[in-house]
Amino acid sequence: MFSLKDKKLADEIVSKIKKLDVNLKFMHVCGTHQDTLVKNGLDILLKDCGIEIGQGPGCPVCVTTPKEIEEMLLLGRKGKTVTSFGDMINVPGETESLRSIRSEGCDIRTVYGIEDAVEIAKSNPEKEVVFMAVGFETTAPTTASVILNNNPPDNFSILSCHRTIPEALKAIIEMGEIKLNGLIEPGHVSTIIGSKPYEFLSKDYNVPQVIAGFEPIDILMGAWMLVQQIEKGKAFVQNEYKRVVHEEGNVKAQKAIKEVFYSADLEWRGFPTIPNSGLLLNDKYEKYDARKKFEDDLEELQEKEFFEHKGCRCGELLRGLATPKECPLFGQACTPETPVGPCMVSIEGSCNIEYRYSEK
Amino acid sequence: MCLAIPGKIVEIDKDKEHAIVDYGEGTKRKANITLVNVKIGDYVLVHAGFAIEVLNEKDAQETLALFREMLSAGEDV
Repeated sequence: MFSLKDKKLADEIVSKIKKLDVNLKFMHVCGTHQDTLVKNGLDILLKDCGIEIGQGPGCPVCVTTPKEIEEMLLLGRKGKTVTSFGDMINVPGETESLRSIRSEGCDIRTVYGIEDAVEIAKSNPEKEVVFMAVGFETTAPTTASVILNNNPPDNFSILSCHRTIPEALKAIIEMGEIKLNGLIEPGHVSTIIGSKPYEFLSKDYNVPQVIAGFEPIDILMGAWMLVQQIEKGKAFVQNEYKRVVHEEGNVKAQKAIKEVFYSADLEWRGFPTIPNSGLLLNDKYEKYDARKKFEDDLEELQEKEFFEHKGCRCGELLRGLATPKECPLFGQACTPETPVGPCMVSIEGSCNIEYRYSEK
Repeated sequence: MCLAIPGKIVEIDKDKEHAIVDYGEGTKRKANITLVNVKIGDYVLVHAGFAIEVLNEKDAQETLALFREMLSAGEDV
């Protein structure tokens, strides 16, 4: 297709930022951004320029709560066929993961997308097939589209764990634990929602924002655009990823989300309940809602309290308060083979990314 | 999770809900196209088996030139 590799341009951006002698803290919310940053050493390069960039709650698997994981484990133990994306299967619950209960004979299957899960339901009409739907606005429309267009069979249901990014960013800013000078917004979430849903963050909290793509040059350019806004005393939403993201987003996908889901107050791992940050199935589609369909099976979890694993700092990491290497478990008790927290499991988790590239 | 891969639409199913996407180097896979309006030859971004957006090739080709322009404009301010 096309290449965005241009070392000369990258050097120019870096030298321009360096000249400005800044001391800034930015947050992004995307595992793919974190991968590009660490894989290419951009995190270190930008630190030399006075810019610290960390990953906030931008990993859907990581922000899924212990309770949601226990819901899936319980449904698996009670004989349902549980389907989800690969990373989700490996996240430890209180004592086990979906993968570990699979070795005990539970029917747990990894799928590439929701359509694969519907196919499993169609081919196994005698089984109840539950799809654990995790993901931000990028993934939510795929769930919505299947409900609207694929006419899934009656033995198929969804445990919605979809969440929305702007509300989480608002929560981070309002909690006030971390002072952020700018936000790099996720390119593919923005593909769906466009740029408008972020605008209130600049207006109400005076935070500069740039929607950025995933090539190294995109991130450098995004950082430079944020620096420019700050230097000029401005705060607004800029789109660096115009080749993909349109101001209005993907309207068809937005309509599908709006038709199928409603916004609900939801907990995120490491956060208290974030208002309007979850997407749960509208009553009209309740026959596909696993929480309603299997209410009796899940009842025992209603009053239960859930805790993070001792020593695991995923919660602080997701709020931008710690880095992977500041966790005493990192690379010791917690590795991709023996993960303690979800940030080490998911390929989009900052611990997993740090571990993968620091090994080399 | 939000990883999305670009590919080219080479065939559209009769149901108009799926298409064959060519990711290059011989990799072709079916993708759901209900979230986009596409025709054969379009480049799309595919996430979890769904095309989520059509790529604007002209914008893509002009990206670097645009960046250079922005960099020099920034200096003038």
